[in-house]
Amino acid sequence: MIWTSLDTWIVVAAALAGATCALIGSFLVLKKVSMMGDAISHAVLPGIAVAFILTGSRAGPVMLVGAALVGILTAVLVQLITRHARLEEGASMGVVFTVLFAIGLILIERAARNVDIHPEHVLFGAVELVPLHVISFWGWDVPRGVVLLVVVLAVNVLLVLLFFKELRLATFDPELATALGINANAVHYVLMVLVAMTTVAAFEVVGSILVIAMLIVPGAIAWLLTRRLLPFLLVSVGVSVVAAVVGHIAAITVPPLFGYADTSTSGSMATVLGLFFFLAMLFAPEQGLLARAWNTARLRLAIGSQDALGLLARAAEKAGEGSLSAAEFRDVSSSPFAGRRLRLAATLGLLRARGLVAARGGRYCVTVRGLEQGRAVLRSHRLWERFFYEDGQVELGELHTAADVLEHYTDPGLQQELAERFAGIATDPRGNRIPEESSPARRIGAPRARTPNDREKEPRA
Amino acid sequence: MDATAPVSGPIASEQTPSSDADGNRCALHIRDLTVAYHRKPVLWDVDLDVPPSVVAGIVGPNGAGKSTLIKAVLDLVPHASGTVEIFGKPYRKQRRLVGYVPQRESVDWNYPINALELVAMGLYRTIGWFRRVGPVYRRRALEALADVGMADLARRQISQLSGGQQQRIFLARALVQDADVYFMDEPFSGVDAATEKAIIAILQRLREAGKTVFVVHHDLETVREYFDYLIMLNMRVVSAGPVADVFTPENLRRTYGGRLTLLDRAVDAMGRSR
Repeated sequence: MIWTSLDTWIVVAAALAGATCALIGSFLVLKKVSMMGDAISHAVLPGIAVAFILTGSRAGPVMLVGAALVGILTAVLVQLITRHARLEEGASMGVVFTVLFAIGLILIERAARNVDIHPEHVLFGAVELVPLHVISFWGWDVPRGVVLLVVVLAVNVLLVLLFFKELRLATFDPELATALGINANAVHYVLMVLVAMTTVAAFEVVGSILVIAMLIVPGAIAWLLTRRLLPFLLVSVGVSVVAAVVGHIAAITVPPLFGYADTSTSGSMATVLGLFFFLAMLFAPEQGLLARAWNTARLRLAIGSQDALGLLARAAEKAGEGSLSAAEFRDVSSSPFAGRRLRLAATLGLLRARGLVAARGGRYCVTVRGLEQGRAVLRSHRLWERFFYEDGQVELGELHTAADVLEHYTDPGLQQELAERFAGIATDPRGNRIPEESSPARRIGAPRARTPNDREKEPRA
Repeated sequence: MDATAPVSGPIASEQTPSSDADGNRCALHIRDLTVAYHRKPVLWDVDLDVPPSVVAGIVGPNGAGKSTLIKAVLDLVPHASGTVEIFGKPYRKQRRLVGYVPQRESVDWNYPINALELVAMGLYRTIGWFRRVGPVYRRRALEALADVGMADLARRQISQLSGGQQQRIFLARALVQDADVYFMDEPFSGVDAATEKAIIAILQRLREAGKTVFVVHHDLETVREYFDYLIMLNMRVVSAGPVADVFTPENLRRTYGGRLTLLDRAVDAMGRSR
């Protein structure tokens, strides 16, 4: 890999484009109008073409004004069509942006044929050309595209800082915003103008199609990783900047490995963003697929432990001493371990490691602590059987199944309430004794995964 | 709950101006209000005068325009015609007097904010433009959360709350506005018993503090218990007044009875022909 000052400028331009797109695009994601980014990024094309034809200039300010006007035009047209044609918003956007985009393409083809706007660059960007057009600041040459991006990024950051509250309210609850005097519709239009200006500034770097990835993917990643607005925006912007650097390095190093020429930085950057999104989906701390699988596994193990201790407590009731062989674990009536050797082995291993069960001569004996916890499970189970029998009019034969599920989601508070309901009743509907409350009522291997209990834990009013 | 409303002056008659002879203003004064979606009227020619310091239920069948009435008062939907006044002035001049609790389903609960931040939104107008939510305001938001029994869940992300808890923080967000008139859109829908009790307690407190509260409600069985004033709505105001006076079988039949009233049919025809 040969790194030149051209590479540095390319990465700077890509990072700036990524950051400014990510910041504004985040609000599109939050507002659930991601498609609007799609629409505007395409619709700015005629704006650019007309601005160029009228002024003969490709200077930044002219382009930004053209973009801003088209941004408003697009938003207005979409709203008008949605309202008057009674179409869903997605369809209105589809109508508006494709038509505007097509007009833009024709204009560029016809009127701007011999200048340095090429349809191909319009579509996919030409970040490699960014360092070629420079402006001098006190003898320091800075690419024109970079200056434009810095200006737009500064405007975006300033507006987001100044109107952080208002943006938050207007994107979360537009009706309350409007009722409080923060016109959510006006905020919408301002946002669309910013999206249009951002799109134009990022145009040279990423073009009008890949810019959609820059607008939406970082917000989508932040959506998976964060739970507050400020971290959301920081993650979104940060991820884009990293993707720009990684994307460019990948563009100039990966294809040569396979004997090809360098590939486009913008395409590589969008691909890297896609990869980041995929990783976020897998590894996000709470909402990621792995985290959820892990939680499910823990929950199942915790439920298995409770089941096993419950069985041992039942055995202790009958025989005085709570011990079962592996075969007995599987063979007792309605055993949750029937035909599940692996699950049983894992569960017993865990219980032994926690000192709740001891293995002696091929049998598994419950320890004092284990018995206490097993009794608590049994207590929940039988209280629930009582509950369904009295209140739910569930058949005697079906009580067990119902109680078997709920016993695992019964925390001490809930158990206490159940016990108070059935105070004075010492047995379940079949006449089995409901074990006394052990002190202190402890939850067994409390599942850290969210159980229905956690969700409904309401403070008592 | 008994009707403790200090009813001053006539309550609802065709001639009532926005203030009565003694100069006591109505909390809500509506004259000839018509609201239409796609030119089809949803509210038609609504007249309403509600005295201050009442807890008023708004009932009516689905599609009767209950939510639309609230939204029209808050200028969230355009009026085809008519005037709306809150304590004698249009809403846009009285924003600081009004608190609003939208339907819970109207927002996305996966939005990245926590309960405290959501409640603080009620203060955004007070805080003003360009300024951050400072510690003073955070404390007020926390107090409002405590009022609805949610203080220990202040830092919880809103998607992690149960439906009842979400409804309570919505309520807290309105309480923190410290308004004189509250509009609540179905606060009782889909909540647990504890939340229902908490909401009733809050309604009681607002009533004692002399506030006026409008509540869109569905459960007719609890009308007598919760409200002291009732607005029975079905595109028009069928009847409005103290619950004891207007909550009659005859009015219920006129509000809910019949699949299509003559008016509905006429309006349907209007919607089709234009």
